[in-house]
Amino acid sequence: MSASLPPETAGAGGPQAHGKHIPGGGATLAREGVALGLLLAFALIPLAASFGAESYVLSLATRVMIFAIAAVSLDLILGYGALVSFGHAAFLGIGAYAVGILGAHGFQDTAAQLPAAIVASSLFALVTGALSLRTKGVHFIMITLAFGQMAFFLAVSLAAYGGDDGMTLQARSTLLGFGWIKGDRAFYYVVLALLAGTYALCRLVVRSRFGRVIRGARENAVRMEAIGFSLFRHQLAMYVLAGAICGMAGFLLANQTQFVSPAYMTWQRSGELIVMVVLGGIGSLHGAIIGAAALLFLEEWLSGFTEHWKMIFGPMLVLVALFARGGMLGAVQRFPRIAAALAGWPGWLLSRLPGRGRSRRAGAP
Amino acid sequence: MSFTLLAVQTLNGLQLGVLLFLIAAGLTLVFGVMDFINLAHGVQYMVGAYLAAMFSTLTGNFFLGLMLALPTALAFGWLLEIMIFRHLYGRDHLDQVLATFGIILFLNQAVKVVWGAAPLSVAIPEVLSGSIVLMDGLLYPVYRLAIIGSGLAVAVLLGVMVSSTRIGMLVRAGAANAPMVSALGVDIGRLFMIVFGFGAMLAGFAGAMVAPILSVEPGMGDNLLILTFVVIVIGGIGSIRGAFVAAIMVGLVDTLGRSFGPVLLRAVMDPSAAAQTGRALAPMLIYILMAAILFFRPAGLFPAKR
Amino acid sequence: MRMTKKSVLPALLPALALAFSSGFAAAQEKVKVGIMVTLSGPSAVLGQQARDGFQLAVKQLGGKLGGADAEVVVVDDELKPDVAVTKVRGLIDRDQVNFVVGPIFSNVLQAIHKPVIDSNAFLISPNAGTSNFAGAQCSPNFFVTSYQNDQNHEVLGKYAQDKGFKRVFLMTPNYQAGRDSMAGFKRHFKGEVVAELYTPLGQLDFSAELAQIAAAKPDALFTFMPGGMGVNLVRQYRQAGLAATPFLSAFTVDESTLPAQQDAALGFFGGANWAPNMDNPQSKAFVAAYEAAYNAVPGTYAMQAYDAALMIDAAIKSAGGKVGDRNAVRAGLRKADFKSLRGDFKIGVNGYPIQDFYLVQAARRADGKFQTEIREKIFDDYVDVYAKDCKPTN
Repeated sequence: MSASLPPETAGAGGPQAHGKHIPGGGATLAREGVALGLLLAFALIPLAASFGAESYVLSLATRVMIFAIAAVSLDLILGYGALVSFGHAAFLGIGAYAVGILGAHGFQDTAAQLPAAIVASSLFALVTGALSLRTKGVHFIMITLAFGQMAFFLAVSLAAYGGDDGMTLQARSTLLGFGWIKGDRAFYYVVLALLAGTYALCRLVVRSRFGRVIRGARENAVRMEAIGFSLFRHQLAMYVLAGAICGMAGFLLANQTQFVSPAYMTWQRSGELIVMVVLGGIGSLHGAIIGAAALLFLEEWLSGFTEHWKMIFGPMLVLVALFARGGMLGAVQRFPRIAAALAGWPGWLLSRLPGRGRSRRAGAP
Repeated sequence: MSFTLLAVQTLNGLQLGVLLFLIAAGLTLVFGVMDFINLAHGVQYMVGAYLAAMFSTLTGNFFLGLMLALPTALAFGWLLEIMIFRHLYGRDHLDQVLATFGIILFLNQAVKVVWGAAPLSVAIPEVLSGSIVLMDGLLYPVYRLAIIGSGLAVAVLLGVMVSSTRIGMLVRAGAANAPMVSALGVDIGRLFMIVFGFGAMLAGFAGAMVAPILSVEPGMGDNLLILTFVVIVIGGIGSIRGAFVAAIMVGLVDTLGRSFGPVLLRAVMDPSAAAQTGRALAPMLIYILMAAILFFRPAGLFPAKR
Repeated sequence: MRMTKKSVLPALLPALALAFSSGFAAAQEKVKVGIMVTLSGPSAVLGQQARDGFQLAVKQLGGKLGGADAEVVVVDDELKPDVAVTKVRGLIDRDQVNFVVGPIFSNVLQAIHKPVIDSNAFLISPNAGTSNFAGAQCSPNFFVTSYQNDQNHEVLGKYAQDKGFKRVFLMTPNYQAGRDSMAGFKRHFKGEVVAELYTPLGQLDFSAELAQIAAAKPDALFTFMPGGMGVNLVRQYRQAGLAATPFLSAFTVDESTLPAQQDAALGFFGGANWAPNMDNPQSKAFVAAYEAAYNAVPGTYAMQAYDAALMIDAAIKSAGGKVGDRNAVRAGLRKADFKSLRGDFKIGVNGYPIQDFYLVQAARRADGKFQTEIREKIFDDYVDVYAKDCKPTN
């Protein structure tokens, strides 16, 4: 019952939800296998795409990978640090605006734009993180939301850079004058390489001593403080790293759409990022990639059938939350039990109707 | 800035605050007592508005429509509780976020399928239409006064209920330490159901009350939901008193800041820069307020938990 | 203008016949149209009108456009520019559409303009018409069947000036289109602007602003509050007892908001290029057919999309049914040789329309439904002010 947990863990899951993610030999191998398989699948998409509708498939898959990078960065703080940021889209927007604003002043080179995107989002993360980390749990969610909203309204007020309408980029960024990501396919592989790099970096970070401190804080903050770690500094460093990576994703998003707009940093977008991570399975990194892919592909696929696709998609999220503890990854691991639970749900539901006696505080069946 | 303008704006701020309180009261209890993050609270407000619009069109009378909308909103809340929410109590907050986000997606689209995409409207009841002169040169719509009045009445009623009834005592105890209440042999499942249904009905009541002045449209609860979260976090989660103080505060800061912020800024900078800055700052004000309060009081103004 | 058209018509008839027959000869020739409009969120009703207007035209043309079998794909841009970019690539690439008809909102237009212009498809906007694409960034493959965004606001500014209003209060949401609308209003209005008030986008309660308006006692209010914001503003304006002050607006009182505003909007003014009571036979037939099919009064959104379908139809006909002949189709689009629902209609050098603009007023019809009605013509064959910056070679 999370009400009884220390507030540090109240934000995201109790220890029981995470215990199995502490690295162990077999689990690690399986996990890297899944991640490698995912990246390999992405690497093969262009081959399949060349048989038809290439630029569309590439555009969609590129978008999926960009959001996967953003989701992985969120998972870093959300899954491993139990710090639920509800303003993560702000970094996406800051990275995108770095491209747009520099581009508007004639600096179209990656050598200027990418460092600017990363530095700007890191600085924003440093300042807002230092203020936000004073709070815990739900209050952390809300204060990050507040900073996200401030960034959003700031972007809306930038009349010189399109204000609410946003601005169109004339071309994708160059690299030392060379149009390195001009072609859709080249851009695709660059994004794929960055996704792989992001995944590897984050994996190294969470495995390092630094990452173990963060994870330890998630399980028992008081104890970590007691053995002499400054949690604040560790968590802030993690927050800045996540912000920087998401800023890079913003750089890519601006280049993919060749458009920059405050719509990239609405609170709904921050919510979508959280949903991606939770849908895939928190605290695993590759779960975030799976979540991003599932959300965006499903959106594209379902909306092809009906204008009312959200009436199908919404209940799907509810079912995942009800039956698949630990997101889609959890669902795969616990498939037999879930199948049984799903089959028994209607009858079980009837038996729980008021007046027929129900146990205290129902959990899942 | 004349005195009458200040008075009108203060009343307007009060009205927004009272509205926020009606929604926040249910949310803060659900959050405080059950430790449940209910993102779907905003769509319950929307459903209340749609129900009021439908019933008052059917019956031709706003009050009759309101009387029908309230129990329906309650029943709808309980339906959601039985089907979904009760299976998520005590679960990870993020599972709750995922499920309630799914409910938002579903209901925002569902109202469009049922009632159409075009906004609906409800006529102001005859007895409450028109404006009255509050003082010299100060004309104010009666209906808005009615909203303020009914909101304050609900606040008093809630205050009395929470402070001096048995169920109120359980709610307070639940907000402070739910496992202990459960251990003492209270049927916490029933308590949750009552609190949840009550919260849903209050949100529905807020939706029904604003239906005559705001357009009833899909997604109308989304932005209000965020404001409501701001309110309960400022006030301290689980505290009715905190929710009331914070709601009035947010209502006043937002309304007064929008109209007098640029005027005040003009005192310290030149007019065009003041207008520019005021425009950028006005929508941020409440978020700055929340960040500042959380900075100095990380658990809000009146934290219920110790 | 009409005279010349009439005298040319007999000469054109054989050509038309030829076009028809060649369309038949190439019976396999198909035309694919992708409609991208906003169908989710609070603004969905605008997208629905545009979609329904277009599909009504296709239905009336027997499922054909310019004699070729028409296939229409509808997608929802969700009012998210980045979503729109990917979906428009889907239309171009997966569905291989010849025309993209959309979007409703300017920010989505900014995002999808480049991907469509760079492709083999034409972009035809049935609503959004931003200033940048009308001027220096104009493109030969981009057409607009609505207006340049400033123009409806200019109508009210001109009206306020002609009417002799001395002091006008301006209020719009705080975003680009809002700032543009104030600029548009002030282009022809030379009197005193009492205040320029910006409200947060999506604000629903205007009590604070209405109190300021009441205190300022202006001769008139000019506002631009699309969608739900407009519904709320209009009702609260009347409830606050301000209705005696003329309410001049653009995109605030129209057929998408009137069903909710109802009596509260009666007598309020707007600026438009058309209204359902437009006095010509094609418009009357359209309004009747639309109401029969969709049980709602069509607004300009539906009208402009309907005209977009007629324009595509005329262009393919004039290209001899050869959908793939881009130069011929482009020439046909530019000629715009069809009977627009608004009567006078030409395409200017920048792809934007040259048309008349009217002052319209909200009114209740005999059957109890609400619509806007034309009160007076403000501009005749009006060319937008940015067209001069468009170099046709561009």
